[in-house]
Amino acid sequence: MTDRQAIFADRHIGPGPADMRAMLAALGVPSLETLISQAVPQSIRLDRPLDLPAPAGEAEALAELAEKMNRNKVLKSFIGAGYHGVHVPPVIQRNLFENPAWYTAYTPYQSEISQGRLEMLFNFQTLVSELTGLPVASASLLDEATAVAEAVGIAWRHHRSKRNDIVLAGELHAQTLDVVKTRAEPLGMNIGVDEIGAETAAVIVPWPDTHGVYGNPKDIIAKAKDAGAIVIFVADPLALTLTEAPASLGADIAVGSMQRYGVPMGYGGPHAAYCAVSDALMRLMPGRLVGQSTDAHGRPGYRLALQTREQHIRRDKATSNICTAQALLANMATAYAIWHGPEGLQAIARRVNGLASRLAAGLGIDAPLFDTVTVSVPGKAKTIAAKAQEAGLLLRVIDEDRIGVTFDETSTEADLQTIAGLFGVAAAAEAKSTLPGKPRGKTFMTQPVFHENRSETEMMRFLRRLADKDLALDRAMIPLGSCTMKLNAAAEMMPVSWPQVADLHPFAPASHSAGYTAMTDELEGWLAEITGFDAVSLQPNAGSQGEYAGLLAIRRFHLERGDANRTVCLIPSSAHGTNPASAAMAGMDVVVVKCTDDGDIDVEDLKAKAAQFSDRLAALMITYPSTHGVFEEAVRDICKAVHEHDGQVYLDGANLNALVGLARPGDLGADVCHMNLHKTFCIPHGGGGPGVGPIGVKAHLAPFLPGHVDIGSAHAVAAAPFGSASILPITWMYIRMMGGAGLKRATETAILSANYVAERLKAHYPVLYKGRNGRVAHECILDTRVLKDSAGIGVEDIAKRLIDYGFHAPTMSWPVAGTLMVEPTESEPKRELDRFCAAMIGIAEEAAKVADATWPKDDNPLVNAPHTAMETMADAWTHPYSRQVAAFPQGDGNFAGKYWPPVSRVDNVGGDRNLVCACPPVEALAS
Amino acid sequence: MATTYFTEDHEWIRVEGGIATVGITDYAQEQLGDLVFVELPESGKTVSKGDPAVVVESVKAASDVYAPVDGEITAVNDALSSDPSLVNSSPTGDGWLWKMKLADEAQLEGLMDEAGYNAMIG
Repeated sequence: MTDRQAIFADRHIGPGPADMRAMLAALGVPSLETLISQAVPQSIRLDRPLDLPAPAGEAEALAELAEKMNRNKVLKSFIGAGYHGVHVPPVIQRNLFENPAWYTAYTPYQSEISQGRLEMLFNFQTLVSELTGLPVASASLLDEATAVAEAVGIAWRHHRSKRNDIVLAGELHAQTLDVVKTRAEPLGMNIGVDEIGAETAAVIVPWPDTHGVYGNPKDIIAKAKDAGAIVIFVADPLALTLTEAPASLGADIAVGSMQRYGVPMGYGGPHAAYCAVSDALMRLMPGRLVGQSTDAHGRPGYRLALQTREQHIRRDKATSNICTAQALLANMATAYAIWHGPEGLQAIARRVNGLASRLAAGLGIDAPLFDTVTVSVPGKAKTIAAKAQEAGLLLRVIDEDRIGVTFDETSTEADLQTIAGLFGVAAAAEAKSTLPGKPRGKTFMTQPVFHENRSETEMMRFLRRLADKDLALDRAMIPLGSCTMKLNAAAEMMPVSWPQVADLHPFAPASHSAGYTAMTDELEGWLAEITGFDAVSLQPNAGSQGEYAGLLAIRRFHLERGDANRTVCLIPSSAHGTNPASAAMAGMDVVVVKCTDDGDIDVEDLKAKAAQFSDRLAALMITYPSTHGVFEEAVRDICKAVHEHDGQVYLDGANLNALVGLARPGDLGADVCHMNLHKTFCIPHGGGGPGVGPIGVKAHLAPFLPGHVDIGSAHAVAAAPFGSASILPITWMYIRMMGGAGLKRATETAILSANYVAERLKAHYPVLYKGRNGRVAHECILDTRVLKDSAGIGVEDIAKRLIDYGFHAPTMSWPVAGTLMVEPTESEPKRELDRFCAAMIGIAEEAAKVADATWPKDDNPLVNAPHTAMETMADAWTHPYSRQVAAFPQGDGNFAGKYWPPVSRVDNVGGDRNLVCACPPVEALAS
Repeated sequence: MATTYFTEDHEWIRVEGGIATVGITDYAQEQLGDLVFVELPESGKTVSKGDPAVVVESVKAASDVYAPVDGEITAVNDALSSDPSLVNSSPTGDGWLWKMKLADEAQLEGLMDEAGYNAMIG
């Protein structure tokens, strides 16, 4: 290895050689190898180096990837079908999309340090609510296809799982229909039933349909209402700026993709989907919802609301298995709407509709349409499409006889003339509106935020102002256990913006995506080698979707063998809530396996339950290392016990950062495993999405990996064949630059850092759940209940006080209530680990002052945390501790600089009791 | 004369003339913390002992309240829809959850009295 090649791993890994020596000395071990041999059981170790290419330097890897991606042929797309060309406003590209303050933030569970992106997501909800006319909009879903599937789920749960029929009032995009069918099958639902009746759960109205046509759904909606069925609109949000809101047409739910609001196609994703519902369906809605509450001083503060709907609380009874939203992309879409404003969006929409209407008129087509014209060309579709390609344009070949043409904001007058010429007609000279129903008018998006940021100076400052409210990885360590908040290196991120990566349509001809194919083939091979599996699917666009895809593969494997009875899914009580939620969606019956007092799976209970359900056993879901951060030595026996009863083992790869290069799930006995590329493999969390959750499987499950209609198969779990394709280069770059040895060193360092933190803090907080040699894996659970007992200081007080010290709290109350789970990752340098440990020790000392009554239990820096600048600078100060203690608890010794939270503690109870999830229009404010 | 019974799941049942009023105990509301939502069943629904009848939600937890005995739900406390905090402020009074017509009064015999319940929670 040359020095130049070694550079990246050295920069990705935080602690340098001297730091490592000091950390090892603190642990009293002579070498990293000794520590790893203490922490990781020999029985699970991989006995050879990973077979990966030798690491490339940053420049070399970028050049190699560019050479590959240049093999993509990016023509101007008129394919449509849910994906549209966009002009990303440069002010958004530079200040939001490519800004680590936005993309390295975590999901906004800790509201006080997340006000910027919460405000933007609140604006997203307001935008969606304005467009759809429905009062409750969520903070985004994964893509349009899964959003329609989630809407069907809402309708199904609304009818308490008793109505199973779904009626389609028009043709959905093929990929949407496929995902909806994939989701419906395990639940016993019937998609595409002809008649509305007592069994109808919902009617889906595509608005417009996949061929661009608006039907006349009035009668069918009336019938649906009579039958008590839910009406779901799948509506184009750009068209909605010109047409009536779906709510006024009778929609109970509206969903769709926000991609064309300034998010590049990216060969299929990531993009944000929207979902809005009526008040009556609010508690059945899946995914994250931002609510406005107040802080301890009565000022407005945003927070995630109604979390009891979600999988981490409700488990198999949750409204969905989804955890991740598409926060970064939802925020981009919102910024686009703010930048253009309602009249700007209408101008774009009118122009798009004008181009489409002129083509339609030239062809003699008279139908209600927005942006898409479907042209009948008997027998000549392929010939015409080929000619279009020669002119640099991609048309949609629907079949031998039909071509679809979809216009977007990037389409030009010249494009229109060329396309009209291909059909042998002249486009009409005058545009006319071809939209159905009453026009929208100007009375929407009246909220000030959509009107006051029109100069670039203001927009730039608006984005900066929001970013400054948040604490992301660009400011401080985010020690969230189970979340693996490691470095998202700039070199990894750069390719996402390349035109040959960002501007390709997912259904472009196969020969146009040769670069993507070369990259994904290589990436699949690398991930298979790292995890020990035979085949990998990159399609699942979140960890939850990977789980779901893995369980579906298991389900279909059993069905193929005639084992329709195998529906029991064993899940340890310590599992993350997504596991049971995914199992329920895959039509499985969850049976909980006990855990021992030290957090391990109770092997005897597992064996007994596997035997009890021998004929019905479908799968075991196991997290490894466990959710308690321990390498269970019995893992091979556990897998064997399940296989003896013909069950399959699903391994949750949430904690893969403890394994890479040291052990492989496939070698431990797992049949399928998902990996979170947004954890272990450097895709940033985006402030709450995107995520990517590929699955690896053994050969016998490979035939059951998700397919896609675009490649002639089915059972897709996401809208696009490669899910969030445009961010896969991040992981490609990471692996390419680290090499096998670098990845292994990263894992070893992550384990060292976790053990170092545990060692430094163990005198102040008991460390729960250690392995046999007293070592933890890549994370550690600090038992903060000691402060509750001694001083009445709860885990939430500690989490909020960490904000005053300049930190995002570790994972709170999971997997054990009242504790903090810390995962430092390999990327944090020793001085940042030390700063964190000093903060935790400082908090323990402060609690001691509460315990000895120096400070009262109800007035001390912990229960009052976090402290805002406004509060600490105010003329009045009545607390028994000083302003300096409040805001600068470490004096001026904090090298990271001061982070000021914009709000004090946000009222969770008040926010859930009085839900406010969209900004009211100005007329309402005035009245 | 009303008689009040208690379950191991921290519910109270006040029986008067074959109609039982059901709620959660003060201890239970204390453990759950501030409630933000109560999901009530439909009046007229028939439930069996052990069926989840109501879901009470705090900000961070959702808990089922089970039917303590078989019967038909005859009324639900609609006031909780707008003010779930009644369960916290008055768990055994205004914060009642539902009323039910008992199918089999003999089922009450397996339940605790107040002294027994207090002994259980210590």
